[in-house]
Amino acid sequence: MMGSQKRIGALIVDDEELARHVIRELLVSHPEIAVVAECANGFEAVKAFAEHKPDLIFLDVQMPKLTGFDVLELIGENACVIFTTAYDEYAMRAFEVHAVDYLLKPIGKQRFEEALEHAKRRLGEKMPSGQQLADSTRPPQQFLERVVVKDGTRVTLIPIAKLDYVEAQDDYVALASQGKKHLKQQTIASLEACLDPKCFVRIHRSYIVNLERVARIEPYGKDSRLAILSDGVRLPVSRAGYARLQSLLDERK
Amino acid sequence: MHPLFTRGRLSLYLLAWVPFVATSIYVLATRGGLVWWQATAIAVPVFLFYAFLCLFAWYPCRATPLGRVTFMRLLLTHLIAAVFISFIWTHVGALLAYAVLSPKQFEAIKSQFGPQVNAINTIGILLYLLSVAFHYVLIAMEDSRRAEAQATEARILARDAELKALKAQVNPHFLFNSLNSVSALTSIDPSKAREMCILLSEFLRLTLGLGEKTVIPLSEELALLERFLAIEKVRFGARLRVEEKIQEESKSLLVPPLVLQPLVENAVVHGIANLPEGGVIRLVSELQDGRLFLIIENTFDRESTINRRNGMGLVNVRKRLEGRYGTDASIRVDSQTDHFRVELSIPAETGDLRK
Repeated sequence: MMGSQKRIGALIVDDEELARHVIRELLVSHPEIAVVAECANGFEAVKAFAEHKPDLIFLDVQMPKLTGFDVLELIGENACVIFTTAYDEYAMRAFEVHAVDYLLKPIGKQRFEEALEHAKRRLGEKMPSGQQLADSTRPPQQFLERVVVKDGTRVTLIPIAKLDYVEAQDDYVALASQGKKHLKQQTIASLEACLDPKCFVRIHRSYIVNLERVARIEPYGKDSRLAILSDGVRLPVSRAGYARLQSLLDERK
Repeated sequence: MHPLFTRGRLSLYLLAWVPFVATSIYVLATRGGLVWWQATAIAVPVFLFYAFLCLFAWYPCRATPLGRVTFMRLLLTHLIAAVFISFIWTHVGALLAYAVLSPKQFEAIKSQFGPQVNAINTIGILLYLLSVAFHYVLIAMEDSRRAEAQATEARILARDAELKALKAQVNPHFLFNSLNSVSALTSIDPSKAREMCILLSEFLRLTLGLGEKTVIPLSEELALLERFLAIEKVRFGARLRVEEKIQEESKSLLVPPLVLQPLVENAVVHGIANLPEGGVIRLVSELQDGRLFLIIENTFDRESTINRRNGMGLVNVRKRLEGRYGTDASIRVDSQTDHFRVELSIPAETGDLRK
């Protein structure tokens, strides 16, 4: 694990300066921890993580554009994260379920020390994925509103309405939006579960399509069909997929 | 009080008796050999009297509600009453005929209708029973109307309670974040920390106090907003910028309490908090043609996550405006690419605060 002389690198992420200050101050009595960077939003955090590879991250849940969960999803599961939040019953439940360390604001010294001790003991262990956490914070019957993807170091937010279709590629999914494809490490089934079934249909083992984009369906071969999207893209439709598409269209009538 | 004693109902009830009066006049005139005025002079008061007697059916009907007493008791109650009332009626009728007619005519009538006294009594009993049925219908109508009124009242009470709860709510997220700021400031800038504590207390005190009132002057709502925004400015620093354009005359106008606060809170939570670079909240109040216009406008990022609490503030304000002004208030929401705007228009009210 860690050498005794090597200091633990920590990242503080919060959109409020005063909130970052509290954590910095609480860390003063911990010379074994070095704050490598402070970030005011998720984008900065993703960049700083790539740059400094910190061991420990204090991560606020509610931040502009990218939430703490998004950040965790983008940086992977190898960082040890202590989440901070003022009040979010859904997030708190998710932390409990997944045994993730978290601090409630205002942050008390004793609680801080406990969380820090606990986090230090599990440095190097894998975190639950940001995806999992985000999914368990979403109330039932509420679906994904946007997807975050990272191309290299660039972070892109794709609003769900702008998602044309999804294609499975081994362990990845390719998200097609406005003529571009973005790769994301996720299974097509887990993504399908987060999408509104009234708008998105699994038309094929490897394809989910945004119903709004489907211009027409054409027969193709003996048993299968092709979905022609409004921008001309052609996607295969399996027999089961066609049945799902039909029942959805019937429901909409 | 008898349910028929309203003018409209009573005249309808009497109208229902007209066919019986007409028939008996006809019978008295043709078979009894009376002249028309005599027949009328007997038939009209006799039936008027009976119409009055039949109204008493209401009391036994109320005493023996349908479905709650045995059929035997029902039958006995109404039959005994019917025989009794009909007996009174026929004898009062005979008395009247005796008074109006000459002895010769009375004798003639007596010999003509005397043998049929049982038939007349039966008619009386049937008429009375008809009245019983009529009263049961009337009671059922009254009951259903009362139930409906009670349901409406219950709905109104429930809504009032809900509104009261909505008015008193303080967003816990706001509260804990503010306390976190205070906690940070205690070591950085103790006097600022104290100021923040004061602001927070004032905000909470105003919120608690306002919950009980139906209307407050706009100036009080603005005082609340001033505290709220000052607190949020400490949290968000330069990210939160506020512009105000408050018309002096509008400040004394009456508004429901906490009608702007949820909207300004939305502007912070869904607008400013979602923008890494922050934005502007614009607050406008204006008196124009007897109406008060209140506008809250903020920069926002259309593409960012729609927060879970989104819309609640707006729904809450809409409900409360409806509750107080009905259709006389309007709320217009306008969302453009990077601006979100809510415009309230309510009648300009001044005066008695205890309303």
